Amino acid sequence: MAAKPPEIPNIAEIMAKVKSGAIFGEIAKMITESQVWTSSFRHGYADTPRNRVLQIASNVWLHLHPVKMHRHALRIKFTWCMGGITFLLFLSTVVTGVILMFYYRPVGEYAYFDMKYLQYDVPFGMLMRNMHRWAAHAMVITVWLHMFRVFLTGSYKPPREFNWVIGVFLVTFTLLLSFTGYLLPWDQLAMWAVTVGTNMARATPFLGHEGPFQEFVFGVSPRYDARSVLIGGSIVGPPALLRFYVLHCIFIPLVAGALMIVHFWRIRKDGGISGPL
Amino acid sequence: MAEAPAPRKKLEENVEKVHVWPYLVRIEFLCAIITILLLTVWSITIDAPLEEAANPTKTPNPSKAPWYFLGLQDILVYFDPWFAGVVAPVLIIVGLILIPYLDVNPKGNGYYTYVERKFAIWVYSFGFLVLWIFLIIMGVFLRGPGWNLFMPWQFWDPHKVVALVSVDLPYAFGIRSYDMANLFGAVVVLGYFVVGTAVYMFMERKAIKNVGITRMLLKINLVLIMIGIVVKIVLRLAFNIKYIWVTPWFNV
Repeated sequence: MAAKPPEIPNIAEIMAKVKSGAIFGEIAKMITESQVWTSSFRHGYADTPRNRVLQIASNVWLHLHPVKMHRHALRIKFTWCMGGITFLLFLSTVVTGVILMFYYRPVGEYAYFDMKYLQYDVPFGMLMRNMHRWAAHAMVITVWLHMFRVFLTGSYKPPREFNWVIGVFLVTFTLLLSFTGYLLPWDQLAMWAVTVGTNMARATPFLGHEGPFQEFVFGVSPRYDARSVLIGGSIVGPPALLRFYVLHCIFIPLVAGALMIVHFWRIRKDGGISGPL
Repeated sequence: MAEAPAPRKKLEENVEKVHVWPYLVRIEFLCAIITILLLTVWSITIDAPLEEAANPTKTPNPSKAPWYFLGLQDILVYFDPWFAGVVAPVLIIVGLILIPYLDVNPKGNGYYTYVERKFAIWVYSFGFLVLWIFLIIMGVFLRGPGWNLFMPWQFWDPHKVVALVSVDLPYAFGIRSYDMANLFGAVVVLGYFVVGTAVYMFMERKAIKNVGITRMLLKINLVLIMIGIVVKIVLRLAFNIKYIWVTPWFNV
């Protein structure tokens, strides 16, 4: 009984496959049928209606979308793409913001010099800072435009009233995110813009030490009023810097993120993106 | 024989639906690429500002809030801080939240239309484009040292002197006694809201049953506050009127 001779690959045959390009198809098939591939991806990629549905429904990142939608809602003329762009800009500030956090200390003595270090010594530090700041400014504009579009299309009308309310909070938090970030460079622009902004809280009725009716509330003074709660003192100093840093990097992003989840979820639950009936 | 139009329910079911993958996802993808591209180019070409280190003893002139708050900072010219800095922002947020509950017009839900909701479009566009965006543009480009008004071609002269010749409304009407001025101001301000509300309720009396009295009262008073801000701006700029109502606690 003679042992079966080992199969010798036919070089000429392989070369023919390489030349004709058929080899790529075979390699692709080998990869997509491997155990690693099939365990990672839950459906095929062939353009079939079933796969189009699965592409959305079985993907954690895409499943916020419905699998089917009205054709009219695809029109840029209808949505201006502004909600999506706002969310993308938010994600950009999260990514660049985390990188900036590696180099920045929210301490009176260090903050400004960390900014200088970021700009002149850290590789791509200036670019990260620019992207963070411009994305934040752009986000303020796009969120206003998104709101304007939603108003003009009457998309706050039943059953979407509650999502409009969430949206109003998100606009407010966008402004607060930008405002708290404004102080962090700890330069003249930052300190005085925030001084002007927070000075308004002095005039809070009842709770600000220069506000109407403050004389009727016990204990309101320049050191203990609505403004001092905000900035941790009677002037915009190091405590304000630390307070704004924590609000900017932790508190407001968490709250805004939670509201975004509700906002996106409600779009689906309220019957998808608005449109003519 | 002409076919009867399909009932509404039927039409809804017949709206053409497409797969989100690829029709929407590809647009989102393109949009994301273009946005990131623009952001990157912007960030490479223009540097974020960094001025000298913060110095609490050196106040710049003018001191400006971040640009998106300059509309509010600008109405500080016409109102005291308790209104411009605290009550106005709160009213904006509350007013925006109330929009879906005050606007009960069932038309114009989910499509662009002007003719079906003229009033709503006018109010929002006026508030957003004039009272918010226009005032921001003014605050950024036209307000110089001392928060004085400078045209784009004018030099920002920090020593510009503008005579403060404004007077309160009761004074302009020849009232010199403090108590009478207080009373006069109260009558004008409260009268504005009472008469405005009464006229609106009378003109729209047929709608009260459908819309509801609370809704209508809230709606007209929010609109009156908005118009009042414009009235106050005009009074100051055209007639040099500072306050309308002066009390020991607050001034309007």
